[in-house]
Amino acid sequence: MATLHIDGKTYEADPSKNLLEAALSAGLDLPYFCWHPALGSVGACRQCAVRQYRDENDKNGQIVMACMVPVTDGARISIADPEATEFRSSVVEWLMTNHPHDCPVCDEGGECHLQDMTVMTGHCSRSFRFKKRTFENQYLGPFLNHEMNRCIQCYRCVRFYNDYAGGHDLGAFASHNHVYFGRHEEGVLESEFSGNLAEVCPTGVFTDKTLKGHYSRKWDMQSAPSICNHCSVGCNTIASSRYGAVRRILNRYHHDINGYFLCDRGRYGYEHGNHPDRPSRPRLRSTKQSGLEPETTEVLAAIGSFLNEARGIAAIGSPRASLESNYALQALAGREAFSIGIAEASSAVLDALVAALREAPGGPASVRDIEHSDAVFVLGEDPSNTAPRIALALRQSVRQVSIKHAAAHRIPRWHDRAVRDLAQGRKGPLHSAWPAQTRLDEISKSAFCESPNAIAKLGFAVAQCIGEDSSSSSSADSPLQKQAKAIAADLLEAEQPLVVTGTALESEAIIDAARAVVSALAKAGKSTVRLAGIAAEANSIGAHLLQGQALESIVAKVMNGECDTLIVAENDLYRRLPHATVDALLDKLSKLIVIDCIPSSLTRHADAFLPAATIAESDGSLINCEGRGQRFFQALSPKENLHATWDWVGRIQVECQRSDTNPWPDLDTILAKMAADCPELAGIREAAPGAGFRIHNQKIPRSPRRFSGRTSILAHESVHEPKPPEDKDAAMSFSMEGSALQPPAALVSHYWSPGWNSAQALNKFQEEVGGPNRGGPPGLRLFPGGQNGRPHGSPSTESAATPDQLLAIPLYQVFGSDELSNHSAAVRERSEPLAFSLSAKTADRLGLADGDSLSLRIGEQKLTATVRLDPVMSENLIGIPVGLSDTPVTYLPLPAQANVCE
Amino acid sequence: MAFELSQETLDTIDKVIPRYPQRQSALMMILHAIQKEQGYLSLEAQEWVAERLEIAPIKVREVVTFYPFYREKPVGKHYIRVCRTLSCALNGSYKICDRLCQELDTKPGEISPDGKATVEFAECLASCGTAPVVMVDDDMYENLTEDDIVELARRIREEEIK
Ligand code: SF4
Ligand code: SF4
Ligand code: FES
Ligand code: FES
Repeated sequence: MATLHIDGKTYEADPSKNLLEAALSAGLDLPYFCWHPALGSVGACRQCAVRQYRDENDKNGQIVMACMVPVTDGARISIADPEATEFRSSVVEWLMTNHPHDCPVCDEGGECHLQDMTVMTGHCSRSFRFKKRTFENQYLGPFLNHEMNRCIQCYRCVRFYNDYAGGHDLGAFASHNHVYFGRHEEGVLESEFSGNLAEVCPTGVFTDKTLKGHYSRKWDMQSAPSICNHCSVGCNTIASSRYGAVRRILNRYHHDINGYFLCDRGRYGYEHGNHPDRPSRPRLRSTKQSGLEPETTEVLAAIGSFLNEARGIAAIGSPRASLESNYALQALAGREAFSIGIAEASSAVLDALVAALREAPGGPASVRDIEHSDAVFVLGEDPSNTAPRIALALRQSVRQVSIKHAAAHRIPRWHDRAVRDLAQGRKGPLHSAWPAQTRLDEISKSAFCESPNAIAKLGFAVAQCIGEDSSSSSSADSPLQKQAKAIAADLLEAEQPLVVTGTALESEAIIDAARAVVSALAKAGKSTVRLAGIAAEANSIGAHLLQGQALESIVAKVMNGECDTLIVAENDLYRRLPHATVDALLDKLSKLIVIDCIPSSLTRHADAFLPAATIAESDGSLINCEGRGQRFFQALSPKENLHATWDWVGRIQVECQRSDTNPWPDLDTILAKMAADCPELAGIREAAPGAGFRIHNQKIPRSPRRFSGRTSILAHESVHEPKPPEDKDAAMSFSMEGSALQPPAALVSHYWSPGWNSAQALNKFQEEVGGPNRGGPPGLRLFPGGQNGRPHGSPSTESAATPDQLLAIPLYQVFGSDELSNHSAAVRERSEPLAFSLSAKTADRLGLADGDSLSLRIGEQKLTATVRLDPVMSENLIGIPVGLSDTPVTYLPLPAQANVCE
Repeated sequence: MAFELSQETLDTIDKVIPRYPQRQSALMMILHAIQKEQGYLSLEAQEWVAERLEIAPIKVREVVTFYPFYREKPVGKHYIRVCRTLSCALNGSYKICDRLCQELDTKPGEISPDGKATVEFAECLASCGTAPVVMVDDDMYENLTEDDIVELARRIREEEIK
């Protein structure tokens, strides 16, 4: 630690930081634009000027840019110095010469960093008399608005989009005061991280287009801490609502997971709750013909009698539903008759993944660990499409060598341009093994594009090379061995090697191979080796820990007559089992009860339907792919008939007279029951403070202190202000009343601090700028690592495909493969139609060209789509995107043999 | 309509590319060659260059828009740049531009109705000592007065300047 003197006061400061970071970390207000805690400094905007003195005798000092000067022990600076103050104010003045003065019609207004900085510098009157320069805006797709007149040329957008996120289609054009940030032509911004521009841009140039569709000012929204449920990474989000609908998702800083950035699936997937066809009323099949809408009590009573008259009850939960909802179903139907709703094969692979995560030295790697790794082996995953935030972290991992290289030349890592210039594009080793082309290939040292079994083989070969320390290659090596040796050598040479694997290819062998590589590295003395796992859905791991039955065994129970009544929650079985199997199951059932928040093919068949609240409308817990239990809270109290699945199931318990009162009247009660029943999940209670938590006897407000107060929107019903709903599940109020103090990180519902109205108020919610959340990052990691459980596997042998057979493998699309976000209009607009990927050679052999139509038979199912040539795919493989909404076949047990139909 | 270039320009392009260790370094030379032939650099032309140099079109457009000497729109027979940076601005470049436009019956950035000229502002033309200055195509006109401008416009209209 260094000692820093700022305006006569003494502070402790971290010498690896710059003066701006140190001043902000000390809680001082110093304006800035171009510096960003995750993007570092470039010294472009001149906004952070301070006066620095050589020593205590230096009375003159000189103006320096705080973001470009490292902290040194004994450094003396002044923020309050009159000349520095005037300098900062004139920076804003000149930026304002071209900036429109129309905050009231700007989407950024009220949460604008430029507004905040203008007020902070004191600039308040303009003397510029000339015309402002104006630009034409571009159409950039469904996610972002573009209003270039508001640009202050801080260059943050291109630095994030291109340098940090690896985008290719956002540029800085022209020069002087005509600098223009946009695409080379109008069109959709391609990167799956584009939405972050809305938060990175300090002005209203890039703003959230979905918010514009139902705009509200930040101060008028009610917000709550939520978790993204569109993949297994579990990024922390802030969900904001007004008048009964979610309006937007913002990043919620989690030091170890998402940091400052979300992916677009997570940011824009929320509108599944605003889907026009969302089923929002309880329904009964028996009253459907009459056209009458049954009362909720009527539907519940009917469900009660279905259950009481049932010969046997079974329940199917879902890996996209909360732990509490799955647990409630398990408690209702009993362990033997409960499944988390995934097929046996998927379940076995998930089991292998969980075993690997338990065994991982030091526990599963967090996203932050991934970012800091300096050699990576991705085995059988396509993170850009299955866990996008991890892909963004991998893009930072390849920079570790250049950061270290720069450090050796005494260039600190925040000195972004210098670090990048010194590196000259040099990248650290990232080796990836995935059957098709991926967006990470461009930064990979090697990409192994073969069948799942070959990928597993490569993994085991790498493990063997590490074990035998035979990394020097010999001419007798097969290509696979050569590659394995190269990968082994890179991993052995690294300070922090990382293996990433997951369930995407549904292969236990791949996960076992990843384990083998990790344990070989550990044995070879690499105690820092980490393993990161990617699961299929937001709560795959949590649901798995409840140890349900495989889906097939529930089907068997129905087919053999043991059960005749089935409750399915948040799960479209047509996406989990072959259509014929589901049809037969439905035929055999006497009653089907469905609870869900989106319209699915299954809801149509329900005898009784209950509308579930979405994640933003409910409370509960999820366990992410790092084994971290996290809590999400209601951003709004949902409409009358919407409840969390666990709440519905509690109400059903009362109806079928299993319980006099709802056994789970609130979240804490069900958490306590679950903890008692499943000791392994006991820790989940600690993931966030319970409903009884108070700060000085006060709850945490969901509305910011700047809330406008009452409006006349409900005046036609009553002129009295309605009482805000009570919240029995959380220590938060649905109003602006409550504690003004900063809550624990798990309960932070919005970022605000006096003078800081934009999202950058976040600086005040961290231990130090860019550092851990105050009071520690939220959530609780359940896997400490090092637990040995599973015998070591070996590569399985491939059933050789006959020449006219192809091996169909599952491919994923960031926009398209996730069921929930498919129901969000903006994400839906970005998803691509079904197309088969195959190599030019295979296409040639089949007499096909790019864009031709091809029909395939896989098992019982026939599927037709156009052909898309994949430049790296190996022969005899065919990639089929899974999970897409607009396909006639929503389930295929991939990988599988496929036959070409004539 | 497919994008086409004369054989001469194509030959020039083929000659400049191997002069650089990296293909993309030839970008500016190629842009000059195409602008010389076509008078400006259309988006089509930029995309064609991007493909030739194996870079993204956005990289080409960043360069084209950065340098004022590249143009993205067609111009009149003569391209007139009026310097408006400090020395010239103080010595009346805005007036000069107005007068020139008036004489040529045009507006800044547009092609005059007779197709003979396009007038545009430019940043410092590196002749501050003789401000105000105007460049007509590749020739510099210095220490201009309003009378000089009237005369210059006449010579352009009457095609005394080739
Ligand atoms: S668009 Fe926004 S982020 Fe980009 S330079 Fe302008 S103000 Fe900065
Ligand atoms: S990476 Fe996954 S968890 Fe994070 S925002 Fe994207 S979809 Fe959500
Ligand atoms: S923040 Fe320091 S120069 Fe921009
Ligand atoms: S200011 Fe006009 S030439 Fe320099």
